[in-house]
Amino acid sequence: MTETRSGTRIVDVSLSTTGLTPSGRPVRTPLVVDERGSAVAVVPPPALEPDLQGEHMLINIGPQHPATHGVLRLVLELDGETVVRCIPHIGYLHCGFEKIGEYRQYNQIITWTDREDYLNSIGNNVAFALCAERLFGIDVTPRCTVLRVIAAELSRIISHLVWLGTTCIDIGAFTPFLWAFQERENVYRMLENWVGARLTTSATRVGGMAADIPADWMEKLRAFIREFPKTIDEIDRMLTRNAIWVGRTIGLGVMTADEAVNYGLSGPMLRASGVAYDVRKDFPYLDYETYDFEVPIGTSGDVYDRYLVRMEELRQSVRILEQAAERLPDGPINVDDARVILPPKSKATSEMESMIHHFKQVMEGPRPPIGEAYVAVESPKGEKGYYLVSDGTAKPVRWRIRPPSFLNLSAIPKMVEGHLLSDVIAINASIDIVMGEIDR
Amino acid sequence: MTTAATPSAVSSPPATQRGVPHTGGPENPSAAAARARFPEAVRRTSVVWGETTLVVAVDRALDVIRWLRDDPEQQYSYLSDVTAVEYRDPEEPITVVWHLRSLVHRRFLRVKAELPRGAPLEVDSVWPLYKAADWLERECFDMFGIRFRGHPDLRRILMWEQYAEGHPLRKDFPLRGRFSRAEQLRQALAANPEARYSMEELSIADATEDLPESMRQRLRSGERTGE
Repeated sequence: MTETRSGTRIVDVSLSTTGLTPSGRPVRTPLVVDERGSAVAVVPPPALEPDLQGEHMLINIGPQHPATHGVLRLVLELDGETVVRCIPHIGYLHCGFEKIGEYRQYNQIITWTDREDYLNSIGNNVAFALCAERLFGIDVTPRCTVLRVIAAELSRIISHLVWLGTTCIDIGAFTPFLWAFQERENVYRMLENWVGARLTTSATRVGGMAADIPADWMEKLRAFIREFPKTIDEIDRMLTRNAIWVGRTIGLGVMTADEAVNYGLSGPMLRASGVAYDVRKDFPYLDYETYDFEVPIGTSGDVYDRYLVRMEELRQSVRILEQAAERLPDGPINVDDARVILPPKSKATSEMESMIHHFKQVMEGPRPPIGEAYVAVESPKGEKGYYLVSDGTAKPVRWRIRPPSFLNLSAIPKMVEGHLLSDVIAINASIDIVMGEIDR
Repeated sequence: MTTAATPSAVSSPPATQRGVPHTGGPENPSAAAARARFPEAVRRTSVVWGETTLVVAVDRALDVIRWLRDDPEQQYSYLSDVTAVEYRDPEEPITVVWHLRSLVHRRFLRVKAELPRGAPLEVDSVWPLYKAADWLERECFDMFGIRFRGHPDLRRILMWEQYAEGHPLRKDFPLRGRFSRAEQLRQALAANPEARYSMEELSIADATEDLPESMRQRLRSGERTGE
């Protein structure tokens, strides 16, 4: 599809309106053809010589600008249209999640995890439950493990679809946004059917899930797995070889592999630079090592490669969902561990011991042993880590969120400097930031 | 674009951990190597919930981390996180925690340095080694007041620059803030909404010249601008 040759990126694009063929189909010819018949991608213009002595200009983008995907503020120093310096400001959405976590029991924190990376709420629920279970020394049941894989991959699909739709809007394509949001709506309906909420799912509990899936849910999942790849193909046809899309994305915000690792990037941002680090493969959890899927990596680390990586991840997520739907075993969703799991309601209302147990469990909360655990998962944005420190009481001493988009965003000055002002929007969109997670 | 499996420099493929013991279990080989290399700097090592922790002396933390990054046997090239922990027990020292990953060897290591109580909260910045530390250390400074020596731009990141209530994640900081609601409201109302740029930013375009005279006077008299 793409190759790098002597520094010039070649991408076959074919979308221009130069007329109709005799059969009435639009003629598709590359915009700029090189000697091999491939369109030469638009490379960012080399830094021009400063023409006339001019003042540098101060431009403020955000915090209310729609293309900053939230309340991000970028102060840019411009020389003409070229960005000389970028000073990001964050913190407008800071709510003190980590502080509040120190005053909450472990199961109560799960509702907070919904609200940080709110495009990936069920994935955060899974990640937090995994970390808390490490702290309690619990291994969840096989059915729960597979259900969590389904939840995490659905969450990845939702998040990537939002990224795709909003990035299309930023770059000027409206139609794929509608297709992406239609599919996202299907996933949200499934989640609503399962846990009763669309966005703020709070689907997991320490030691299990809040609810098992309803009876006909797997049919819905299978229907989604059948239909969704068609939408991906449609978006793929619309964008991947679209000359405008390629021209607006290629060669922008390049991070080399070494830089990407040194800046702590993760997820598609890191993989687009050619570093095959995926927590699901390298530090597996939830039996990811037993699923057959591949980790797409890019070659040049620009905005276009990040797009390609995320598109391929959507396909790989569907593959994982197919396998998970095949292997979902019967059985309990909660572990049989009285330290963390409530007794059944029928017992709690009829037996004195169970009622006391239920009361103490809810009012005092489960107490993990003294210790600490850092558990990272591969969220749609990258390595999402939760670090919990326990002093043996029912509330953590420290709840640290390792936010992947915080680190991905911290590289934005490096990525935008030297590019044009209009490219700042495309580069910022490619990072896939969620300010709820960055500011916490 | 290519799809590729992750590089495997390890013999056995990694697998989901099960039945992880509370303490004990296999230790990350880097811990023993660090003990041998820095016998005086490594205070103790432990394995809790399958994760190896290396507690090092505060003034040697940068040396140990540099060695962990550069030694070909270790290659901890990826800094996952920099954070700090303050315990509820006021006798316990505030601890700075670095989470390091070796992508080549697929290892995870936690390095800790305990900042003694009473002494100024200071530790060397790992920014010269990892650019990832830039915002992570700024956040740690913002939330705990720990100064990272050698950080190029250590200022608040999540709270605003004139925030006067202290460092929110410290245990002596009340959940609702140090100031009363009335005082917080008074300060919010008294804030100057025009002052949105730092002096550094204003100097970009000689924008100070374009400011109204009243504002220029305030800036000259030492008033800090926003953010």
